[in-house]
This record gives sequence, C-alpha cells and structure tokens, in this order.
Amino acid sequence: MKRIVIHEEYCIGCHLCEIHCLVQHSSSRDIIKAYRLERSHLMPRVLVEESGPISFALQCRQCEEPACIEACISGAMHRDERTGAVICDESKCVGCWMCIMVCPAGAIRQNLLGTRIASKCDLCYGADVPACVAHCPNEALTYEEVGEGR
Amino acid sequence: MALSLATSQFIIERDETRCIACQVCVRQCANDVHYYDEENDRVLSNDASCVGCHRCVTLCPTRALTVRRNPLEFRPNANWAAETLRNIYKQAETGGMLLTGMGCDQPYRIYWDHIVLNASQVTNPSIDPLREPMELRTYLGAKPERLALCGGAQRNPVLETVLAPQLQLEVPVMFSAMSYGSISFNACASLARAAQAAGTYYNTGEGGLHPALYEYGANTIAQVASGRFGVHLGYLNTAAALEIKIGQGAKPGIGGHLPGEKVSLDISRTRMIPEGADAISPAPHHDIYSIEDLRQLIYALKEATHYTKPVSVKVAAVHNIAPIVSGIVRAGADIVAIDGLRGGTGAAPTVVRNNVGIPIELALAAVDQRLREEGIRHRASIVVAGSIRSSADVVKAIALGADAVYIATAALVAMGCHLCQNCYTGKCNWGIATQDPYLTKRLNPEIGSRRLVNLLRAWSLEIKEMMGGMGVNAIESLRGNRDHLRGVGLNQVELDTLGIRAAGQ
Repeated sequence: MKRIVIHEEYCIGCHLCEIHCLVQHSSSRDIIKAYRLERSHLMPRVLVEESGPISFALQCRQCEEPACIEACISGAMHRDERTGAVICDESKCVGCWMCIMVCPAGAIRQNLLGTRIASKCDLCYGADVPACVAHCPNEALTYEEVGEGR
Repeated sequence: MALSLATSQFIIERDETRCIACQVCVRQCANDVHYYDEENDRVLSNDASCVGCHRCVTLCPTRALTVRRNPLEFRPNANWAAETLRNIYKQAETGGMLLTGMGCDQPYRIYWDHIVLNASQVTNPSIDPLREPMELRTYLGAKPERLALCGGAQRNPVLETVLAPQLQLEVPVMFSAMSYGSISFNACASLARAAQAAGTYYNTGEGGLHPALYEYGANTIAQVASGRFGVHLGYLNTAAALEIKIGQGAKPGIGGHLPGEKVSLDISRTRMIPEGADAISPAPHHDIYSIEDLRQLIYALKEATHYTKPVSVKVAAVHNIAPIVSGIVRAGADIVAIDGLRGGTGAAPTVVRNNVGIPIELALAAVDQRLREEGIRHRASIVVAGSIRSSADVVKAIALGADAVYIATAALVAMGCHLCQNCYTGKCNWGIATQDPYLTKRLNPEIGSRRLVNLLRAWSLEIKEMMGGMGVNAIESLRGNRDHLRGVGLNQVELDTLGIRAAGQ
C-alpha cells in the first residue's frame, strides 16, 4: 500500500502539514473558517517533532500488524477495506485509550472534542495525496508505494 | 549608540481578516521579524529587521502578508539620494565598511537591453525549431590552427592534429563559481545534479569539493583561487576542467573572507583549514605578478592533470580587459572567463561592488575584437558572466563573440533567491547563502536541481526559437556574428565599442 514517507533531512519545521491536516478534517475545509470557527475542537493528526535543527512530521505509520487494532477493546480501530488505512470508527470508540498506550510511534492522540474519541491519520480517507504531503513546501513528506518501517 | 537613525526599509502588511495566527511566518523568518503575542493570540511584525526576502509571504497559507517598500521619504534631493543618506547613517553608527551581497544594483546602462536581434523576412528563410534540428552543442577549449589529415587520401582520412582537451556543453550555459561556504551544501548539490542532468558544468568556486560531490566530477569545473582552499591532486583530477580565479566582477582587485563562524567541520575539511578559522583569500595570488607567472601556474595545473583537462582563467572585466585577456591567452589558457560589473558575490564592500569594473557587454566586444585582430581568438574559448538574466542575453552574448556564458544569480533565483542582498549575514531564509543547520534544510536538492534543469530547458527552447527566427540552425553560426545585432539608443562610441550598427542601418 501507499505510505507517507518522512524525509527528516528536508523538514523545515514550518508546521504547514499540521495546518492543512486540520483544515482537511474540518467541516468547512476552508482554512480561514476552520481556524476562526472550528479551531476549538479541531486538532491535526500529524505532529511535527522538533529538537534543535532536527525536525520531522510524524503521523500514523500504517503498520502491517497494527498494535492499536490488536489492543482495541471495542473493535473501533480497524483497517479500512477500500484504502488499507488503519482508521478509528468513531461510532464504536469508547475512549479507553489502549490504542494510545500501545502505538509504537505515538501517532494517536485524544480528540479535543471531549467525546472520548481516538484521533489519528486516516490518509485523508481515500484522497490521491494526503493533505500533509500535498502541502509540504519542501517535499519532506512523500506518498509512495513502500513497505512498512519507512 | 542610543538612537539609531536607520529607518525600516520595508513595511509588512498583515491582512488581519486572513491571518489565522498559524505562526508559519514566525518560524520561517531567520531575521526574527514576526513574533507571536500569546496574550492576544496575534502575530505581530517588527518591520525594522525585514530584508524583503519574501519567505514569509511565499509560505503564508492564507496569503495574509505583503511586504512593501517603506514610503518614508526624505526631502527630494537629486544629489543626496535616500540610499546615500542611509549609508552615511549606518557608517556613522558602526564605523565600518558597508557590506552587501549579489551584483551591482546601480542604474548603469544595461547594454543587453539596448541591443536587438535580427530575424529572417522574405529574402532568407527562417527555420522552425520544432521541425528541424537545431544545434546548441558547444565545445570549450583551445581550437587547432588548422587540421592536418593523413592516411588514405579521400577514403579513410585520419586526423593527424592532436586536439586540445575540450568541454562538451549541450547548452551554452554553465553555472558560475559559488563556493561551498558562500552557499550551502544543498545549493552546491543542486547545481552539481542539474549540471549533470542538463549536460553542462558547474563551478566549485574556491571552496574545494565536498567528498559527496566527487561523483559529479565529470560535470565539475574546479577552481584554484588565491587562497588555494581545498586544492589537492584528487580535487584537480576529479574535475572536468580547472579554473584559476584571478578576479571576480563584483569585487575586482579584492580578496575574499569567509568568517570563521561559517567554517563548520564539513567546510573546514573541504577547504583543508582549521574549524572556525577565517578563510581569507588574498587579493592577488602571491605567486602571480605577471603573465609569465600566470603561465607557470597554468602549466603546473596542466602537468598535474597530464594535459587532459582544459584550464580556464577567470578575470573581472576592468579597463584594459582586451590586452589582459590577450596576455592570458598567450599564457596558455584554454578558456578565459570574464566577469562583468554586475556579477554577483556572497559578500563585498558595497562601494567596490557598485563602482569598480566595466559592463560585461563592452568587455566582451572589446576582447573578442582584440583576439581576432591578433589572430589568436581560436586559441581560447571565451565565457562571459556578470548578469546574464535571460535566454535573450545568452543569444546576444554569443552573437557578440562569447562561446558560452556563466550564470550564477539566475541559478540562485531559480532555486528561490529573491535578491535581498543580505547573503553576507549568513541568514538566508531560502537556505542558499547560509550554513545554519536550521536554514540549509530549506533547500531540498531534489527540488533545487529540478528547477535548475527546468530553467536550462526553457532557455534552450527560447534560444532555438530565436536562432530559428534568424535562420541559423547551429549556435556555431551565431558566434561572433554581430551582423545579427543592432543597437537602440546608443551613442556612436558605444556602438563602435560593441562593434554593432545602429538599428535602421
């Protein structure tokens, strides 16, 4: 399957991936409206990790054998048949946060809505190119057909 | 000093209806212009530090930013321009020489813009480059006096003349000298990759060659300058050609100074100097005080490389450029590179950059004319530099007598440079003229080389189109063909120096 590949050496720490992830998962999908009207309950599903000049944008690694699916007690975390992405069925999620505990990449976070839903990258659900990749100004994220662990 | 009289050069306009306080501008500005006010959840800007590089404007996801020139005006004075006053304020405050980057920005006449090209109409046919082959391939190096053939007379003639080593260019445009140190490793890598992909050459400048770039040796011109940084046998033999740098258009007669802060471990290894030590290039080569001395160095380099590589000599265009180049050709140079008044630099005293040297158009015409008169034009190729801005400038340079051109400013612009002229500060927001690890990452060589290759491709297409219009199907037929040029708005002395007729004649 296609995965998001991180090129740490070219990440410039601009956080545009986070901004566009947030917009992509807003109801308006308009950057100004998303920030003005929906900001309080939206959060990016990609996170830029930084330490000195080193930075990279981390999102779900789409494991072959995802620990989060294994650990999910309600069956909310599952692999989408159409896209192959690991996603969380928000109607089933009970907010036990086991997925957050077991994720080796730390790529799952609590949703700010307060509705106890695990929030994670869904590869922009079937989009040709995920928003973070499409808007990275330095091609530090690419979307490629690669094996696990990249 | 308590009060600075220097005022902001730019004003930053932030459209508050569009700004979402995402802080991309804050993170991108190495000059710390933008800052986030947490209390009010607003991003604010300190105009005084803005250099006008447009990094924030380009990356702002809501296009909320504009940078304008500060409209603050002095009382009009034809003699005392605003810039002159600002320079005096700065010098009165610092007591130092004013430094700047990039090429001369003063309003000297740009002769390229007063030269027009010819096209075929009725009496001779133009050529459609989409239907017929157009030859841009160029060979640089000394050409033989005449060709001697032997062997089976008409049938299988064998070339008896030993040809001098040549550089083969698929497009008559090369990337000019920019050292690793003055520009980032990623910028060097972009140039190297692009040169290889486009079938041309890039120049190491005087900073040596990073081991990771040896694989591009076949497309590298290795420079030997007065500081001799990073010069060793492996360096000389890896490159396709060697270049002795005598002078640079932006600062003729001046040496170079890479401050110690920029001499990182990698640069110190490449330049073969201690880490953190200032890299000072003396103004002259201390072993070259005459044409005879230059000849010694040219032949020392030829000996070291077993006469397999052409040797170029780069000089700045100055008043007596024609006899100087004549001497260089007689000293044994295979290529002479001439850098004009508007040539760029990473750092130069402003007063030198703006006042020393002559425009490349006049220097080129004078040199080509002189070498022809002396019957030695074939003994060396001429490469011109110093603000070749477009394919039209390339065509005009070749018609004036150049074999090829060097571009550096245009190449940097292709990689993102916005000519803010602050290269010497080491805070290049585009990741080009900097060694700061936060900033150098901003230039992805994958993107940089792609943009450079695109630029050369676009110029090639345009050059072919212009050549076709003139009815010329090979760049060789255009070289030194000043009949294809006419001057507009030039006086007779200028026309005579350029060796072209006025439009209408």
